[in-house]
Amino acid sequence: MSREYFEKYSGLTIFIVMLVFFVLALRIYQLQVLQGPQYREAANSNKIRVITLPAARGIIYDRNHVPLVKNEPYYYASLMPETKNIDTAGLSKLLDINEKKLITKLKKGEAQRFKAIVLKEGLAFKDVAAIEARRSDFPGLMVEPNLTRHYVYNNTGSHVIGYLGRMTAKQMQSAEYDNVTPETFVGQWAAEEFYDRQLRGSAGEKIIEVDALGRQLKLIGQTKPQMGKDITLSIDIDLQEAAEKAFGGKTGSLVVINTTNAEVLALVSLPAFDPNDFVMGIETDKWNAMHKDKRHPFLNRALQSTYPPGSVFKPVVAIAALEEGVTDANSGTHCNGSLEFGKYSFGCWKSHGSVSFHRAMVESCDVFYYEIGKKLGIERIEKYARLFGLGSSTGIGLKRGVDEKDGTMPSTKWKNKAAKRQWFLGETLSASIGQGYVSVTPAQMAQMTAMIANEGIIMPITLLKDGNAAMPRERLNIRSETFDTVKSAMYGVVNEERGTGKDAKSKIVQISGKTGTAQVIAGRLKSEQQKERHRDHAWFIAYAPSEHPEIALAVIVEHGGHGGSAAAPIAKQVIESYFKGKAGK
Amino acid sequence: MWFLQINRQYLKQFDWYMLSLLLVISIIGVMTIYSATRPVITTVQPNYYIKQIVWILLGLAVLLTVSVFDYNWLRKYGYFLYIPGLILLTLVLFIGKRGMGAQRWLELGPVSFQPSELFRILLIVGVSKYLSTVNGLLTKRHFSIALMAFGLVPFILILKQPHLGTSLVLLSTFFFLTIAKKLEKKVMITLIIIAIAVPPVAGNLVWRHLKDYQKKRIVAFIEPDVDPKGIGYQIEQSKITIGSGQLLGRGYLKGTQGPLRFLPEKHTDFIYCVFAEEWGFVGSAIIIMLYLLLFLRGISTALRSRDEFGRYLALGLTFMLFLYFFINMGMVLGMMPVVGVPIPFMSYGGTTLITNYIAIGILINIRMRRLAICY
Repeated sequence: MSREYFEKYSGLTIFIVMLVFFVLALRIYQLQVLQGPQYREAANSNKIRVITLPAARGIIYDRNHVPLVKNEPYYYASLMPETKNIDTAGLSKLLDINEKKLITKLKKGEAQRFKAIVLKEGLAFKDVAAIEARRSDFPGLMVEPNLTRHYVYNNTGSHVIGYLGRMTAKQMQSAEYDNVTPETFVGQWAAEEFYDRQLRGSAGEKIIEVDALGRQLKLIGQTKPQMGKDITLSIDIDLQEAAEKAFGGKTGSLVVINTTNAEVLALVSLPAFDPNDFVMGIETDKWNAMHKDKRHPFLNRALQSTYPPGSVFKPVVAIAALEEGVTDANSGTHCNGSLEFGKYSFGCWKSHGSVSFHRAMVESCDVFYYEIGKKLGIERIEKYARLFGLGSSTGIGLKRGVDEKDGTMPSTKWKNKAAKRQWFLGETLSASIGQGYVSVTPAQMAQMTAMIANEGIIMPITLLKDGNAAMPRERLNIRSETFDTVKSAMYGVVNEERGTGKDAKSKIVQISGKTGTAQVIAGRLKSEQQKERHRDHAWFIAYAPSEHPEIALAVIVEHGGHGGSAAAPIAKQVIESYFKGKAGK
Repeated sequence: MWFLQINRQYLKQFDWYMLSLLLVISIIGVMTIYSATRPVITTVQPNYYIKQIVWILLGLAVLLTVSVFDYNWLRKYGYFLYIPGLILLTLVLFIGKRGMGAQRWLELGPVSFQPSELFRILLIVGVSKYLSTVNGLLTKRHFSIALMAFGLVPFILILKQPHLGTSLVLLSTFFFLTIAKKLEKKVMITLIIIAIAVPPVAGNLVWRHLKDYQKKRIVAFIEPDVDPKGIGYQIEQSKITIGSGQLLGRGYLKGTQGPLRFLPEKHTDFIYCVFAEEWGFVGSAIIIMLYLLLFLRGISTALRSRDEFGRYLALGLTFMLFLYFFINMGMVLGMMPVVGVPIPFMSYGGTTLITNYIAIGILINIRMRRLAICY
């Protein structure tokens, strides 16, 4: 009985299933065959477009919350890729672009589906009005907004702030830029690049249905853009501006560091560039000219250029000598203008006569440093130099893939490896006055100066405000008497009779410092008599106030000649402007 | 050795016909998923189609395993499997992962799966076992027990997730199977009266308990112009997409509607539209023919099964697959409200695919053993 019933029931099921399929088939026939043409037309006439909703990029502030950049809207004209029979002549006139260029752009964009072909960017509002008025004559033409950057201070601080640009081919492939749409501008230099991930946010997109004229009919879906995060740099833009002015058009670099928290207050590299030139894509001519410029405006000298430190290296050698007991504050020597060593003669810049430890620093006597350098040996010099961060990059943010330079802090091991040669004692003598193989970046020099000023606080320098807030306070294991002795000598450099840095002496604040003159080529010609590109680099390192230091800095003027005359006045101006600014606030 | 012997005997009986239908539909599914997920903004092809291929291979392995061992063990352990199934369903309400407004997933280490999917099989196994143990007609007492254990409890648990589609499919399958067993006249008449009287009363009650998006779907179906949040729009677009395929279709990978109109469900619930646009009426007719053949094969398996348990099991599994197909087609063709269920074998999705493959595996198993070979 049950079996029979089941068979009947199954038969009924089969009947119902077949009936359902019959109805479904009829319905499909109705939709696809009977009404197919209407639906095909409905599908063709209403097109889908995907519009990127740009994310507002985070603002970059200086340490006093002054905005260094602004987001500015601009408009771009684009064309639906499906558009047929385009009046290219009329369109090129309307948009004021070359017709041939327009045609290539259209050809290139044909393949893309759903996304409009961008024809012209950087339209101002009045251009938009003109285009809107003629839009019905150009079906498929659209005007959309996007965001770009305005750099409020133009050239000032451009090596810290950086600029935006379209993604490079390399960036497009990198996972770092996965969520970035091709029309987004991304940071290409300095803070804009280094903190791009925080700053950029994420673009949203809107999928809309449009009619043949490109007008929105329906919103199909959208994801909202997410604003980028703001960042606050440690830079003080007023100080930065003053520092750049102080160079008076000369080429060089300057780094100012807060001695208590290692925040960089100003970072100068001159010549600089105007990042506003890049925002809408730089013109080829301009780009080439900037790249061919012998003064290399795109080089961040504070981090990417290494120079022999010359005499500004002496404080480290002095500290090493005092700590290692090869000399003491009461020692001295007699300088008759050179030190004979084997068949070589190592010169001093003048004959100082009898000099004490203190006076050797104040008057920058090379002979004294040859002697203590010889006693120390290169390994111990290297050890102390490294303690103060020389010979390795500071790790401050510049740009991924572009190296901040390490410079060189030589040792016998280094020379065996790099040059496959043994170390000569004569090279130790050169190194003890910061010549020979020794080379450093201005940022390293500023860091060293800060560490002398704050008596050995170990802290990486940072470009972010409160960037070191979480850092533990550790100090170098160096006696405070040693710092006292060296700092008193550095005070003398600026403030005592015959001090080489007396041009930095200020009435506003007590400054301590050290001059340096780095030889570009060997020779005893007076720097001023040489061609500019052969002239020495002028160094000056300083900190102030001498008693309780707040800031430390390093200046280099490329081919500036003597450190005392070319670099010290710049340092003085910058320090004075810091303390004036502080008094004003 | 016995294992090999059995295999050789059964190999001749293996339902290659069913397996072929399944594979052809699955491959068409993968091709359509590839087309539907073509990138719009970037140039990177998402790997949905590769994942689906992996699921199919995994499903095949499971299918073969399921078909090898005599389905008798399913009868033996039917209730033991059903009870943990119910427990899992309850668990998912408490510790399940939320996804797209519903709580359907359970996470087991790196794998997350939807217990309600596997539960579909366990429920049908349980009902079939119960029905096959009853002698003669289903009395009021039998029916009441069954209704509680296999009807209402799972219905409410799955509805709570909320998963309207699956809960309706399972409840319908339950009634369908009890009627297949034959009910006492009294019970049958009561059921018919309830079936007529309940909708107006329960409709109101159910309506109040529906989630917002479920209400919108129904409103959108009845009055597409009201269009809350574009659900009516989705139905309209579905019709435009299918219709624009016309007689011969736009051609494979040439569909323009599919990749965009049904975000984000183009490769799941609306996969049929993408297929219909590209292959036209000719393709549509062929594919529904494949489905029809598959369902008929399932029913014929039920008719030939060697025992009562196998009959209900085969009929129940087939009916369940048919319902999913029917609800999905009704939706994309604009004949029924949007109830988000995937179309079996074609839609993207791992747990669903594996479950459906298990169902086919059981059907093949039942058919292989229809002659009740003695060994």
